[in-house]
Order: sequence, then structure tokens, then C-alpha cells
Amino acid sequence: MDRRYDVVIVGAGLAGLRAAIELGEGARAAVISKVFATRSHSGAAQGGIGAAIANEEPDQWEWHMFDTVKGSDYLADQDAVEIMTRDAPNTIFELEHLGVPFNRTPDGRIAQRAFGGHTRDFGKAPVKRACYAADRTGRVILDTLWEQTLRMGVDFFDEHQVLSLIVDEGICTGVVAYELATGAVVAFHCKAVLLATGGAGKLFKTTSNAFASTGDGMALAYRAGAALEDMEFVQFHPTGIYKLGILISEAARGEGGVLRNADGDRFMERYAPVIKDLAPRDMVSRCILKEIQDGRGIGGQAFVHLDLTHLGPDVIGRKLAEIAGFAKTYAGVDVTREPIPVQPTCHYMMGGIAANADGGVMAGDSGTTLPGLFAAGECACVSVHGANRLGCNSLLDTLVFGRRAGAAVRDFIRTTPTPKPSDRFREQTESRLSRLMAADGTEKIGILMAEMQQVMMEHVSVFRQASGLQAALQKIRELRERSNRISIQDQGHCFNRNLLEAIELGHMLDLAEVVILGALDRKESRGAHWREDFPQRDDEKFLHHTMVRLSGRAPELSYRPVTITRFQPRERTY
Amino acid sequence: MDCTFAVYRFDPAVDRKGRYQRYVVPAESGDKVLDCLNRIRWEQDPTLAFRASCAHGICGSDAMVINGRVALACQKLVRDFNTANHFVIEPLPVFQVIKDLVVDLRPFFEKHRAVRPHLVTNGAHPEKERRQSAENQQFIEPALRCILCAACTASCPITRVNPNYLGPAALLRAFRYICDARDAITLERLRKLDDEDGIWGCETMWWCTEVCPKGIPVTKCLGQIKRLLKKEDSSD
Ligand SMILES: Cc1cc2nc3c(=O)[nH]c(=O)nc-3n(C[C@H](O)[C@H](O)[C@H](O)COP(=O)(O)OP(=O)(O)OC[C@H]3O[C@@H](n4cnc5c(N)ncnc54)[C@H](O)[C@@H]3O)c2cc1C
Ligand code: FES
Repeated sequence: MDRRYDVVIVGAGLAGLRAAIELGEGARAAVISKVFATRSHSGAAQGGIGAAIANEEPDQWEWHMFDTVKGSDYLADQDAVEIMTRDAPNTIFELEHLGVPFNRTPDGRIAQRAFGGHTRDFGKAPVKRACYAADRTGRVILDTLWEQTLRMGVDFFDEHQVLSLIVDEGICTGVVAYELATGAVVAFHCKAVLLATGGAGKLFKTTSNAFASTGDGMALAYRAGAALEDMEFVQFHPTGIYKLGILISEAARGEGGVLRNADGDRFMERYAPVIKDLAPRDMVSRCILKEIQDGRGIGGQAFVHLDLTHLGPDVIGRKLAEIAGFAKTYAGVDVTREPIPVQPTCHYMMGGIAANADGGVMAGDSGTTLPGLFAAGECACVSVHGANRLGCNSLLDTLVFGRRAGAAVRDFIRTTPTPKPSDRFREQTESRLSRLMAADGTEKIGILMAEMQQVMMEHVSVFRQASGLQAALQKIRELRERSNRISIQDQGHCFNRNLLEAIELGHMLDLAEVVILGALDRKESRGAHWREDFPQRDDEKFLHHTMVRLSGRAPELSYRPVTITRFQPRERTY
Repeated sequence: MDCTFAVYRFDPAVDRKGRYQRYVVPAESGDKVLDCLNRIRWEQDPTLAFRASCAHGICGSDAMVINGRVALACQKLVRDFNTANHFVIEPLPVFQVIKDLVVDLRPFFEKHRAVRPHLVTNGAHPEKERRQSAENQQFIEPALRCILCAACTASCPITRVNPNYLGPAALLRAFRYICDARDAITLERLRKLDDEDGIWGCETMWWCTEVCPKGIPVTKCLGQIKRLLKKEDSSD
């Protein structure tokens, strides 16, 4: 089957929906999502969205910009960070106008709270910058944007999984998708495709991400010739529930919660004397693991405690109810009485599809774009997060750059003729699926996936070194080899997750390889990328973005300079 | 320890009606029911179909019937049931089964859309945010927890007998906008619900509140709509 639109947006999270709203009612747009739109993982965002609206305390966008740059360990492109932090206040007010029900101050303005790495006056003390709706900020923004797009009459193709991009003579003119309920292969022909497919946390065993977070968009763009940027920077959030990885938002520490080791010692005071428990995530994650390595994990085990007992039931009820529920349900912990056992959990990809500030996907190092292809949100790298993202900056990123990409697409389709659709691409995908369904190997997808997640966790997470990375690379390549010998046991055409997981596994193995190659190449420690064999930041050699693209069938590395405007790299202490 | 799962199966391509299939799954007491279903799919039977994404009760994908009660598979642990490690897993009632535990939620979302689920305001937007009192925001807060999992609507006894009844989830969403002080069409919203397919379909049976995985006092919120309508009527 074939469908025609002006624009196809892949992904119904915040980035995709914000772009759809910007396109407006003039463009014929389709939003495709492999899970039903409101199941997108943006809905899981808890803590808040950062903007210097100064409702609770003095604040300015320059401070926000400084914090973001410093948080990124000076790897973020400062022109892009400036766009984002300057735009942030308007972004919040716009959300409010659309109906987002933020928590309020006593005088009826949007309430704000403290978050990791966000400070006043260029690092002097924590500042309340995160706008929030209890600890369900993502949920309420996702619902509001989705309901607005329903009002506008945007066409949704929920539970349709995009399997390939249509790139005809170097121009992107559509996607090929698979309808979960029927197994139908559908070609969407259009003038522009916007990828907003979110993160890839499922590369790792312990993660706060959803089953849908398999990095499809990144892998599809990579296979279509786009560059992936800074993929070695993977954020581990310090406080996942022990063993489960379910997130306990930084908001818990923003509201006053503290981390304690086996001695009951508030250890972050030692590592970050100024902002303590509100240090950025890369640091806190390393500190937790250091405490554990030094034998100060609780009961000698691989976790520490997050203590909220002193906050009182009122603050917890009004501002942290959701995470209190998670602790109760999954760890059996009443947070008003007992501390929560926590350990770092894979949370966010700083890297992604190399994109400019208008969502244009970069094809070459010189800034040329791949016409017709756009990207925004977590799947893209603009780059505003550099080597480490600050909390509350991702929702902001999805909205600011989702809107800008939507506007750029709107302009692009005005001047672009309708491409001639060809059946070739759908047929290619159909025959690829038939081959996959007919394969009769003995390898099981579930097992390959588990082995990948295990090895990534072991060697490519918070602490890395050459030998481990080499071992991981070898293992990933072996898994790729074995993945050619799978079979699809579900031969049906209705909700065949078995088939789709085989495809997702292929995507993740590609991305794992890119992450490891970047990590091996970067012989320094910066932000979330910590090399035990190179524990210093090395600006002379590595103040650059890592770009990986496919050359033939092999990944090829190159570099792109970092844009520095206002803030020269300095030592990063908190 | 081994857990036994009797899981409802229906494949539209081969089955004329549903059947139950038995699986034995090694599990720990702290495992989620969803973990067990995944284990079945990954290790024993990849043809088993169910929805899931976030795995911690926030996306609303995996409402189903677990040992006779509607719940999220990712929010229930093995130890939450004293059924001697035996589980019966079935799809949500009321909705048509597409395959196994996957049901067709289109009617559910049509009803959601029917309540005009978006803020309607008059005039130009202010430069900054509109003011809203903290009390008003807290008043609608319970409804903001809704993850559209359909557990309430699937459990509601009225939904079973009146297919036109909007059902608790859509009415809860209506409550969210009716009681949001920023909204400009409160009266119009109320009037639209003023019949047996709307708010008066609710006979205060509490099933929705009972099963809600987010602990939303659904029945009470619906009660607010009734109260407001009665007030309107008496002031007419
Ligand atoms: C638990 C948690 C808490 C967080 N809290 C915060 C916070 O407080 N503040 C903050 O700023 N950030 C937070 N983040 C990060 C932030 O939520 C995410 O980075 C952001 O929401 C990503 O949005 P997105 O629109 O890019 O993608 P997503 O919301 O992940 O959406 C991806 C979309 O793409 C679709 N998709 C993917 N692949 C395909 C395919 N092949 N075919 C079709 N569709 C596809 C999916 O169905 C989905 O609709 C949090 C993240 C997590 C996991
Ligand atoms: S999987 Fe998201 S609610 Fe259960």
C-alpha cells in the first residue's frame, strides 16, 4: 500500500508532536509511531523542564547557557546552546498557553525547583529553574501536545514501525513502515521526513528507557548515509532503583533528598563541596560507583541510599508522588520512612544524528545536508548536551528544536516539488522481510539481545578502558555474525514482535559498534565518557565532535570542531 | 521458583475462539508479571502477543486481567498475589481482541476525543503565563495522573451494558478541562455530558477507582461533574 503526504514525522514524543504543531494545518502531515502516541517515552519524564523564567529566584538565560556548556564539559556547540537557553522562557509560556498544567507558585505563576548542575551567577549556588508538574512533567506535556494535534486533525499512524528510509538519488522522499496489526508494508511518499524517534537506552542491561527505545531512527539515518555524532557519550543517571533501573528523578534531590553510603555519610559533600547532591549526573554516577568500589555500598552491595525521609509527607505528596509510588511498588520502600536503594542506570544518549539547529541532517563534514531529511529530539545531536546533559535540558531540547525543525520543514516543502513515487523501495523492504521470515537459523533473538546488553553494561557504561572496549567491540561483531543465523519463530502477521525485535536488534548492534568506536578513539575523560586509562580531559587533542558514517559497509570516523562563543573551556569543578 | 501461567490465546489467522495455554516460568517473588510474560515470549513462545513499553506503569500499554482483576502487568509483582504462584492472564474485557492479550482500543480513544480534550481559551495569549491558582491546579491534579490505560473503562459495569456510555476515562478527562480555571467553555462542556451516555451513566459503583493503577479517585472526580451540573440546573 502507498500513502502520500507533504511531511512524514516519525515519532510521537515531544519532539515529533511539537514539530507537527508548528507545521500547522496548512501542511499535510502524518505522524507515525511504533507505539500508540501517548505511550511514547517522553511520557516517562518526571522532574521538569529548564528555563530561566525567574519566577522563584533571580535567573537569566546566560546563567542557563553557562551551566549547560559547563555541564557538557565544554563539548556542546555554544551557538546552539544559546539558541536553546534564550528560547527556553518562550517555550515554557507557549506550553502553558497550549494548556500544560504546571504546578503553580502561591501567586499563580509557574512554579520552579532546583535541579542538578543548574546554578545562579555562573556557578555560585543552585537555582530554581525547572518548571514542573509534580513528577509527571513529561506525561502532562505529552498529553497536551497530543491533544492539540488531535484538534488540528493531524493523521496518526500508531503502531506502525518504520523499517527504512526512502532515499532516491541522495534525496529523502519517504519511509517504508510496517503495520503491527496486519503486517502490511506501507510506503509513505512525501517531500520531507522528520525523524523524532527518541533514545537507545535498550543498548544497556540496566536502563530507565522503554522497550521502544531501540535507536531505530539513528540507525536508519546512519544506514542512509547520515553521520552520527558524539555517540560515545551515554548518560548514566545516578539514581535508578537498584537492579531495576527505574528512574528516581533528580527532582528528589532538587527538593532536598540526599545520597548516603553504608556509613550514613552524605558523601557528595566530599566530591562537590558547593552544590553537593546537585552535581551533574556524570559526576554523581561516578561518585556512587567509587563509594561502592571502596566498600561503602550498603551492606557491601552495589547500591547506595537516596534518603528522602526528612522531606515530609506533604512535599512528597505534592511534588514527588510518582516516584514514591515507584519505590513502594517495586522496592517495597515507604520513602517517608526509609531510604531508597539506588544505582546508576542508562538514561540518555547525548549523541545522535548530526543535525543543525533547524533539524537539517548533515551528510558531509562541511555542513551539507541530506535534502528532505530532518531530525529532532533525543535521536538528534545538535549538539546542546556535549559530553553530559543537564537534567531538564532534554525536554527543552525536544521542544525548541522540534519547533525549529517543524518551521524549517514547513519552508522546505513550500519550495520542493512533489517527488515521483516509486514502488521499488516498498518492494525492497517486502523482500527483505520475506527473507527474514524464511531464515532457518538456530540463534534466538532474545538471547542475542541479552548478551549485547550485558557486554555493553560491563565494558561500555560509566567506567571504560581500552581492553574492555576492545573486548566489547569483538563481542558486538560476533553477535552481528550470529544475528545472520536467527530464525523468526512467529510466522504470523499480527503483532509479530518477534520479527520487529529482530530488526531492532540489527539497529542496536550497529549503534553499539559506533558507541564503542567513538569511545575507543577518545583517549581522554570528558563528561559521561570516563576512560580509566586516560583519566584527564585533553582539550588539545579531543576538543572535537566524533562523527561516524558508513563508508561502504564499514564505519568511518572523522571529526568536527566545537563551536565556542562565550565560554572558554575551563576546569570543571562544582 | 516456578510460576504457572494460564494465558489467553487467540490468533485471528487460525482460531475461531480463544483458548488458554499453560506456561511454566522460573521467577523470583520481586519479578513483575510483565517480566514473566517477556520471559515466555523470549525463551519459550515468541508468538505470544501483548503490548508493553515503559515497564514501570507510566505509558499505559499493558492493562490486562491478572487473576481476575484488571491491572498493569508491569506494576504487579509475583509476590503481590497469594495464588500459590498460579496466574491466569486475560485480555481487557469490553474491547475486541486483536490477538492474544492485545485488544482494539479504537472505541476507547474515540470517546476520549468526544469530550474535546484540549484547553479552549478566548482572546490573545498573554505575553507570559496565564495565572492559575495553586489550589485550582491541585484540584485537577489527580486527573493529570491518567495514563489512558483503559483499565477503568474496561472494568466499569455500565460500559458493559451501554456501549454508548463515555466511560470513566473520557469523563475523567472531561473533568480535567471542566475544572481547569483557564478553560473558557466550562458550561458548554458540562451541557454536553448531561445525559445517560454522559455523566449520568455513572452509577457510582467505584470499580474505576478500585482498579486505577495510578490511584486516581475517578469516582470522586466524576462526582464533581455531577455536582457542577446540579448547581447549574438549580441556578437556571
Ligand atoms: C524516566 C525518564 C525521565 C526523564 N526525565 C526528564 C526530565 O525530567 N527532564 C528532561 O528534560 N528530560 C527527561 N528525560 C529525557 C527526556 O524525557 C527524553 O530525552 C525525551 O522525552 C525524548 O523525546 P523524543 O520526542 O525525542 O522521543 P520519545 O518520547 O522517546 O519518542 C520517540 C517516538 O519515536 C517513535 N519511534 C521510535 N522508533 C520508531 C520506528 N522505527 N517507527 C516508528 N516510530 C518510532 C516512538 O514510538 C515514539 O513515539 C527523562 C527520560 C527518562 C527515560
Ligand atoms: S509497560 Fe508502560 S504501563 Fe506497563
